[in-house]
Formats: sequence, C-alpha cells, structure tokens
Amino acid sequence: MLYSVYVPFAVTAVLAVFAPRLVRALPPRRAAWALACAALVTAVGWAGALTLLAFTGVAQIPEIAEEGRWSVAVLRAEDPVYLVVAGGSALILAVGVVSLGVAAVNQVRHFVRARRECARLPEATELVVVDDDVPMAFALPGAPGRIVVSRGMLHCLTDREREALLAHERAHLRRRHHLFQSLWRLTAALNPLLRPLVAAGEFVLERWADEEAAEHVGDRAIVAHAVGRAALASAGASRPAALAATGGEVPQRVRALLAPPPARRSLPLAVGGLLLAVCCVSLANAASDSDRMVDSAQCASYAAAAAAGAPPAGDHRYGPDFSCGEHG
Amino acid sequence: MEEPGDEGASGVLGRRARGELESDVLAALWASDGPLTARQVRGALRGDLAYTTVLTILSRLYEKGMLVRHREGRSYAYEPVRDEASHTAQRMRSLLEGGSDRQAVLARFVSELSEQDEHLLHQLLSGSEARVEDDRSGGRA
Repeated sequence: MLYSVYVPFAVTAVLAVFAPRLVRALPPRRAAWALACAALVTAVGWAGALTLLAFTGVAQIPEIAEEGRWSVAVLRAEDPVYLVVAGGSALILAVGVVSLGVAAVNQVRHFVRARRECARLPEATELVVVDDDVPMAFALPGAPGRIVVSRGMLHCLTDREREALLAHERAHLRRRHHLFQSLWRLTAALNPLLRPLVAAGEFVLERWADEEAAEHVGDRAIVAHAVGRAALASAGASRPAALAATGGEVPQRVRALLAPPPARRSLPLAVGGLLLAVCCVSLANAASDSDRMVDSAQCASYAAAAAAGAPPAGDHRYGPDFSCGEHG
Repeated sequence: MEEPGDEGASGVLGRRARGELESDVLAALWASDGPLTARQVRGALRGDLAYTTVLTILSRLYEKGMLVRHREGRSYAYEPVRDEASHTAQRMRSLLEGGSDRQAVLARFVSELSEQDEHLLHQLLSGSEARVEDDRSGGRA
C-alpha cells in the first residue's frame, strides 16, 4: 500500500508522455488498439488508486468507522497515507467523476445528433453527395453509417483518388472508429493526464483509414495524393483562425503514405503491455493491503468491545476471533 | 481483412458490396462535368466491373430518383439529380462547424492546414507528381 498505490499514477504519467510518440511508428491498427487498452487500463488504475487513497481518509471519519465497525485508532496507526493526500485524492476523484459525467452526456448528445442526421438524409444510400462547392468529406456514424462528401470535394480528385477517399471513410465506419474516439475522450475527461492520447489517437485513426484505403486501392501514393489534394483544396476554401494547434497532421499522413508501410514492431507493444500489467498488479496489491488494514482495524474494534464485555453492534453473535478468522 | 469491394469482380455481390458500388457510381457521376453513359461510368471505376453490373446499378439509382437520364444515341446518359440538396448541405456544414467537441463523433477526411503545412504538402506531392499525372490522364480518358 505504501508504494504500490502510487504505481498507477507513475504508469499513467509514463504512458501519457511516451505513448503518443511511440504509436506514430507502429502500424496504425495495432497502435489504435494499444492506445485504447492503455487509456482504459490507466483510467481504471487511476480511479482505483485515487479511491483507495481517498478511502483511507474517509475511513477515519468516526461515523463511517462506526458503520463499518472498525477502530479509527488502529487504522490511523497503520495507515501509511497522510490525511492531506487522502483528502486531495478524494477531491481529484470527485472532479474527475463529474467531468466524466459531463463528457459522457456530451458524447451521447453528439451521437444522437449524428444518428438523427443520418436518418434525416434523403437518400437511402451509403454515400450522400452534398451539392456544395466547399470541399468536405466525413463519415457520419449511425445505423447504418453514411459517408458525406460535397460536390466540391469530388471535383478536385481524380478517379482513383475518389476511390481512395470513399475507402478511407468506409474504413472509419466499418471499424467503428468513433467508439475509439469516445473512449479516449471519456478517459481523458476522467484523467487529464491522458489528454495527449486523444490527439495521438485521432491521428492514428486517420492513419488506419489511410492504410485500409491504400490496401483497397492497391497504391499508397494514390491515397497520399488524395489526402494532400483534398487538404489543399479545403485550405483554399476556408482557413479557420486557430490553426497552430491542429497543424502538421496532414503532411505527416502524406509522408507516411509516400514511405513504405510501417514495420510490425513488437517491442513498444511488449513494454506498454508490461507497464499496464504492472499497473494492474500494483492496484490489486494496494487494494488487498487496504482490505487487510481494515480487517485488522475491525479485529481491534471487536477485541476492544469484547474486553468491554459487550459486542460493538447489537446482535452480532460471533466473537472477535471468528470474525477475524473469517476475513483473514 | 477481406475487402468486400473485391467481390464485385467475381460476380458475387453481397448487399454491402452492392451498396458500395452504388456509392462509387454516384461519386463518379457527381465528379463528372456532364452526363455519363454506362460505358463512361465503367471507365471511371475500376476496370474489373462488368458492363451489365454498371448498367444495373445505374438503373437502380435512377429508380430511386437520384439520377436523371436522357437518350444519347442508342444508350442513356446519366446525371445526378441536383435539387433539394442545398438544405442538406447547410445541415452538414453546421455539423462540421460545431467545434472540436462535436467533431468527436465525426471522422473528417482532412483537417485544416497551416501555411507551413501547405508549403510542406506542395513539396511532398510534387515529389511524386508524375504518377498522379498518369492517373489523371488515365482515369479521365
């Protein structure tokens, strides 16, 4: 408990720093799954560790100790966590849970809107062409999902590039990339340290769809040109004010497509997996320590009550020995 | 990772593959500056599609009311129906303009470019420009 409860924080921090850089060198499909696992496990580890730390503080509140039938004095003596740390953890956890709730509501709202728009689209086809000169193209998740492309976008691409664009958007829909995005957004809402994973994840999903399109078209350069040409055409149409933050993504995709396909490297995945395993084991270890601590505090409470000649709570028929044996 | 689009070549058309072919045909017609005959549509798509398959898809899209056609010699030339799409365009644009939060569920084909990106992109693309010119002249022929 003394150290193991802090390991999930360390793992989260390490992954938040290194994972976004590492995944860019991996094949995008594996990278997306690796990022999803990392986000999920570290979010659970983060919340679990905060809960354990917060509990050590909360358990020392006399009313709660009475309810749980454990001895505050023993708990305080055994507890390796400062009250300040426990209180801070409780606060961070509370903020995280509230922000997770807000993010979840937002996600659901956006999904509902996307589905409604899907259903409202006039034609019963996979592709919806919008009669608009402004180049735009995106995948609209729904049941079934739609590909929305403007006439302006179709006009600026060649035949093969158009094929690449459709294959790219199809890959987004077929692989349910919006679920990956939601997972990253929600875990980042719970744990702000995971925010870099959102941007890295979005990039990896685009790369995944690019690679599937390249496989479909049979020529990586065609997809590179489709992406590049579409981006240049869109840039000519409108240039939003805040650009620096999102810059660089398209050239990186094009460069990756003009280069040979990324090699299947296992070392980063193995190291990442090991870190996640360490995170899980530490959390389990901290949880069992915490459980043992409470048990001994309960034993002490029973022992004290037995010495005083009365059970601590009304109709508890078993003696302290049995109770301790049961938990130990 | 089997691509269902490939099933078209072997003549076995699943429902999904048929839907994708419809998209391909529709996209080809919208990309063109004028009406296209079935033969021209087939030329704009990947070469392994049967002429009759293209014809079937064109007539299905025509029956759905998404295309108009007129006689051109012995066959028909097809063109996408261009009305009523304007308010859809407005809605779709407002979907995209809702900020990064709303875009969380949308997967855009390309994100915005900074001026630096634009410059870099021109450089990258000009590196293999020759192939694109091949594709362009080959594809439009």
